Amino acid sequence: METDLNSQDRKDLDKFIKFFALKTVQVIVQARLGEKICTRSSSSPTGSDWFNLAIKDIPEVTHEAKKALAGQLPAVGRSMCVEISLKTSEGDSMELEIWCLEMNEKCDKEIKVSYTVYNRLSLLLKSLLAITRVTPAYRLSRKQGHEYVILYRIYFGEVQLNGLGEGFQTVRVGTVGTPVGTITLSCAYRINLAFMSTRQFERTPPIMGIIIDHFVDRPYPSSSPMHPCNYRTAGEDTGVTYPSVEDSQEVCTTSFSTSPPSQCVFTVTKAHFQTPTPVVMDTLRVPMAGLAFSHQLSSSRLSYQPAALGVGSADLAYPVVFAAGLTATHPHQLMVPGKEGGVPLAPNQPAHGAQADQERLATYTPSDGAHCAATPSSSEDTETVSNSSEGRASPHDVLETIFVRKVGAFVNKPINQVTLTSLDIPFAMFAPKNLELEDADPMVNPPDSPETESPLQGSLHSDGSSGGSSGNTHDDFVMIDFKPAFSKDDILPMDLGTFYREFQNPPQLSSLSIDIGAQSMAEDLDSLPEKLAVHEKNVREFDAFVETLQ
Amino acid sequence: MNCRSEVLEVSVEGRQVEEAMLAVLHTVLLHRSTGKFHYKKEGTYSIGTVGTQDVDCDFIDFTYVRVSSEELDRALRKVVGEFKDALRNSGGDGLGQMSLEFYQKKKSRWPFSDECIPWEVWTVKVHVVALATEQERQICREKVGEKLCEKIISIVEVMNRHEYLPKMPTQSEVDNVFDTGLRDVQPYLYKISFQITDALGTSVTTTMRRLIKDTLAL
Repeated sequence: METDLNSQDRKDLDKFIKFFALKTVQVIVQARLGEKICTRSSSSPTGSDWFNLAIKDIPEVTHEAKKALAGQLPAVGRSMCVEISLKTSEGDSMELEIWCLEMNEKCDKEIKVSYTVYNRLSLLLKSLLAITRVTPAYRLSRKQGHEYVILYRIYFGEVQLNGLGEGFQTVRVGTVGTPVGTITLSCAYRINLAFMSTRQFERTPPIMGIIIDHFVDRPYPSSSPMHPCNYRTAGEDTGVTYPSVEDSQEVCTTSFSTSPPSQCVFTVTKAHFQTPTPVVMDTLRVPMAGLAFSHQLSSSRLSYQPAALGVGSADLAYPVVFAAGLTATHPHQLMVPGKEGGVPLAPNQPAHGAQADQERLATYTPSDGAHCAATPSSSEDTETVSNSSEGRASPHDVLETIFVRKVGAFVNKPINQVTLTSLDIPFAMFAPKNLELEDADPMVNPPDSPETESPLQGSLHSDGSSGGSSGNTHDDFVMIDFKPAFSKDDILPMDLGTFYREFQNPPQLSSLSIDIGAQSMAEDLDSLPEKLAVHEKNVREFDAFVETLQ
Repeated sequence: MNCRSEVLEVSVEGRQVEEAMLAVLHTVLLHRSTGKFHYKKEGTYSIGTVGTQDVDCDFIDFTYVRVSSEELDRALRKVVGEFKDALRNSGGDGLGQMSLEFYQKKKSRWPFSDECIPWEVWTVKVHVVALATEQERQICREKVGEKLCEKIISIVEVMNRHEYLPKMPTQSEVDNVFDTGLRDVQPYLYKISFQITDALGTSVTTTMRRLIKDTLAL
């Protein structure tokens, strides 16, 4: 049988099959990265491109494929399989495709290894390129991201098609006959995309769970010494050399995360991961970092399940969700009440925001209760009381109408010093100048709603205090880092956060600092008739003036 | 030898014609192109590298792979554009077909010109449908995408039969087998033509276009 094949041919054939298997895996995995693949043609042969095709080698994929092959080649009963599966953010997973590279016993003795087999393998790779874009999993993989990711697994041995559900279909990519057997490349893909329940990948330890596109920065590994392909024309023989792309392309183990280009892409360089063991550790890192960077507005819980780790990344997802809630909502998120200062130090903003959010939620309830109690004592005038209680009937509504509170959140100064007379607060002049009524906690005593207030209200609440009295002993949140929502800091030298902090406590406008003793509602009312009388006296002047205007 | 002939049929909307044709033609040419040959002494040659790229269709839910060669892409787009215009202007039933023919040149002695002997012909028959509503168009997008997937699988199946391919030529013969005019890839010699047909398949207007660089037609 194999005596017909001379040793050089046999060696060549083995090498062809080995690199064909590696390139097959590369094509399949790259086709499921979720991005368009583009490689350049080169008219001058570099000698490094197997099968005369520009197929990039993702080192991790090569590494995994080699690991799975473990020095063997596909043979009868020993197929190389690439399993493509989908995993949702909730943890459900589903096998989508199994690509099989098989060898059967049907030999083609007459075929020329160095020439025909090589070219046919090249053609088969081209077919694989075309077919990988045509199965249903391709469109799924192009849309992967928040809700699901596409994973791959390489194994060697018996083909296992059980996970594909009922009625799966098969497409044959092609076959190439060789003197030692016929290589067949095919794909079995799932038709029924209805979801199955969560399963564990327990069969064999999954290899690299997650796929990344990380070719952003990474240079094409072409460090190994290459030899040009030299072919003799038909009729001549021997003396052909081949590119020796080999184990010099061994690379580090790095981890992947799915990253459509809009998300963060991690290019992990060789320098960081030198030891072989980080297979496990690496896959830990990326999901965590990936989660921190993931889109804030997504409400899905991204729980990556890196290889056999069962990392509780759901926990990591949690703060992201809250951050999502925060950034998407009304800016009055900033009105975090002054609780006792110690917000635990958070590693990054989202988590901190999450804390803040939780605390804020917790304070609404007590504030309502305290607020109602505070109302009656806020003023002496019954009219005032009723007005103010109307105004305060719904603290939540009130909160909604006042846009930015300069007080409370992330402030080191006593709240009372903060006035609401900053220019950007609507109806600021009508708002009470101080908040010291019961506590100075703005959540407890929000300023009155402008709609329900009469303009004279503003004077009411100046009783007993002027703006800026001290006395608020509440400690506010300890602000680690303030990242205001929707703000960009690339244009101005001062970013929104700094601006906010700097101008958080502006001094009160002088026109609004009314003497305390002078005003009360009653006095105002009393003084009205006098004022009216004065005006009436001057009515003729007024009329004359008006006529001049006409 | 006998010329292998394959026929594919597609039904598309007007604006999908170009992309559908390009998808099919590029897929065929992907399989029928090699890297540039560089001949060396003693009859050896080396082969350049063929790059590939994915192309998303705008009007069809489909992505195809083509050879990374702008020249080739331009040439195909030109002829497909002419075909589309001819279809539109024909005012007929919207039926037409394009043929991609691979051939070999056989030198004849003077005064006879070289013969072109086809060894593989791909014919794509197109039926243009007109759709009324946006919903129909959306369904059409997906349906045509699925149909094209089937076409690609058929093409690959044919390619994989490993039937006749011209022998690898010597340096002097290479232009009889390959189109060496492109800078970065080397497809087999091919020509593309199209016809607008009526329902019976006869040619209403026969429009031939040649894409060969160096052949004269007598």
